[in-house]
Amino acid sequence: MDRRQFIKTSGYAAAATGSGLLLPTSAFAADDIAVGSIHDLSGGLDIYGKPMADALTLAIEEQNAAGGLLGKKVRLVSYDPQSNMQLYTQFAQQAALKDKVAVVMGGITSASREVIRPVLDRAKTLYFYNTQYEGGVCDRNIFCTGVTPAQTVGKLVPYAMKKWGKKIYVVAADYNYGQITSQWVKKFAQENGGSTVAIEFFPLDVTNFGPTISKIEAAKPDMLFSALVGGAHISFYRQWAAAGLNKKIPLASSTFGVGNEQIVLSAEEANGYLLSYNYFQSLATPGNTAFLQRFHKRFGADYPNVTELACGTYQGFKLWAEGVKKAGSVDQMKVTEALESGIGIEGPSGKVTIDANTHHCVLNVSLAEVQDKKFKIIQTFDQAPPSDTSAVCNLKKNPKDNQQYVIKA
Amino acid sequence: MDLAVIVIIQVLYGIATLVIVSAGLAVIFGMMKVINLAHGEFMMLGAYATLGALKLGINLWVAIFVAAPLVVGLIGVVLERLVIRRLYGRMIDTMLATWGLSLLLVGIVTSVFGNTTAGISTPLGSFTVGAYSVSVYTLLIIAVAVALGLALRAVLLKTQLGLIARGTMQNPAMADALGISPSRVYMVTFAVGAALSGLAGGLLAPLTGVVPTMGGAFIAKTFITVIGGGPAILAGLVGASTFFGAINQIAAFLTTPVFGEVALLLAAIVMLRLLPQGITGRFFKGSM
Repeated sequence: MDRRQFIKTSGYAAAATGSGLLLPTSAFAADDIAVGSIHDLSGGLDIYGKPMADALTLAIEEQNAAGGLLGKKVRLVSYDPQSNMQLYTQFAQQAALKDKVAVVMGGITSASREVIRPVLDRAKTLYFYNTQYEGGVCDRNIFCTGVTPAQTVGKLVPYAMKKWGKKIYVVAADYNYGQITSQWVKKFAQENGGSTVAIEFFPLDVTNFGPTISKIEAAKPDMLFSALVGGAHISFYRQWAAAGLNKKIPLASSTFGVGNEQIVLSAEEANGYLLSYNYFQSLATPGNTAFLQRFHKRFGADYPNVTELACGTYQGFKLWAEGVKKAGSVDQMKVTEALESGIGIEGPSGKVTIDANTHHCVLNVSLAEVQDKKFKIIQTFDQAPPSDTSAVCNLKKNPKDNQQYVIKA
Repeated sequence: MDLAVIVIIQVLYGIATLVIVSAGLAVIFGMMKVINLAHGEFMMLGAYATLGALKLGINLWVAIFVAAPLVVGLIGVVLERLVIRRLYGRMIDTMLATWGLSLLLVGIVTSVFGNTTAGISTPLGSFTVGAYSVSVYTLLIIAVAVALGLALRAVLLKTQLGLIARGTMQNPAMADALGISPSRVYMVTFAVGAALSGLAGGLLAPLTGVVPTMGGAFIAKTFITVIGGGPAILAGLVGASTFFGAINQIAAFLTTPVFGEVALLLAAIVMLRLLPQGITGRFFKGSM
């Protein structure tokens, strides 16, 4: 590199960093409380992220309409990581260090959570992960407000086995969520006197399931369990129905519907699929009816479906706000201690309480069946504890613990 | 026995899919030497054209077999006139230009239709072979691939249009001297290639989720098929599709779809080492 070139390049570099510093949004006013939202609003995961971001917007607007928090307004600082893991790191750092948010709500896939968790740990910024996930995260700086396999799979598998039979074939997405959840399916199948004939994993971009479907048929299972994730995997359900197998082999899933798959697929293709979540839009409780009314008033009556993840985000914010009120501060440690005192809220899904030992939640879980693009509630289990995580994690005894435990089935 | 039938059907289906998704590229890259990196996006446009036509109340089959190729063919004409025709003979430049086009098309479709998965149910239902069920649509794909191959062959060999196209690709100056406008032949050929890609997109719409980025899943496979095929367009397309499709599906049966793809790529590497000119560089020389 000669001198002239060097000057040119360093000039560009200086210009680039300079313009970076001049970017807006940083203005950190002391008279409001900033809440960071890191949800994918574009890219392959936006189908999950958009309802979550909308729910957080609603929750914050309601908080402000009710007078804010500690006499201050709550300000939403939103980042769109575009379904890109590198941007997750970048935005988590920006939120914690530059925009100095009081809490970060966000992360959708388990991969994205594991990307931002250490960043926020280091920056001592409180983190709420509001997605249903595979369980086992044990870290005092994070609160996981979504349901975990002991709460969903633990209800779904025994119910489905009683109804359909003991041989289960599992198809799952090929990353930590699918890998760990399928192990839980195996464990619960064995505990209930059944077995998994095979567990197959698929990267998120696989669209040709022809050979797999024939293999499933050859294995003659009593039921199929799906932990498939994302847009490409919708082709599985489509090809499954095209081969006429949705009429022959029943299907239960721990992921179906979270991305509104029931709306993309036709009623004939998806009817009868068995699911288990904390929240379904069709829950007929007074709390949910009022919540839906507010949600539809804000985002339009034609909003396709308020998802499990949207409700989780709404409840996550409410829990944090409750913690801030009790602590009388947004300080990370004070809020954490307040939340650990067993704070609970009445959310759209029912009562949600934080379990101090695991930083997970005790909440209601419902079983439902897909019927004509909607969910028909079959049964609701009240106040299911996060027994999978609490079997391995105790933050009261080991507050310094910081890892994700993986079960061995 | 039933299983054997199923495996044969799935292998044929794998081959047929490759023929269908690669046909458009075989015409544009194989004949015209334009490295069309927007091939996947042409397919995506075909899928959206099918969905759009369905929304207008047009019959599904008309949407797939008429609307999709027609719409994408017309888009092909426009893009050829605006961009591609300035770049003939500059292979690397076409690569850059079509890559830009592909990003642009993904961007436009995303802003119009949103980045959400749409789709239509697979039509025609299923039939059973012994203890197994197969979708009738699978058979349709196989039939379309056969028909497509025969039609391409008939047009290229038996019609004057085909003769003129082949002649112009071989020696545009001579064609020009004989009173044929190469520019127009290029335009029509590009449009036909685009229309074939559109048809592929329309046919895939009921099988996969339709998203603006769906083209990316196919682009590598189609280039491997066309390059693996070698200089003879049609024989190469069928030969390479058979070779790669069979390996992919059989490996997927024995292991998982992931290893099916891995096997396909490994086979391509080994094959290109042994036959750097592609299958038809060594075998079926002089065929079409």
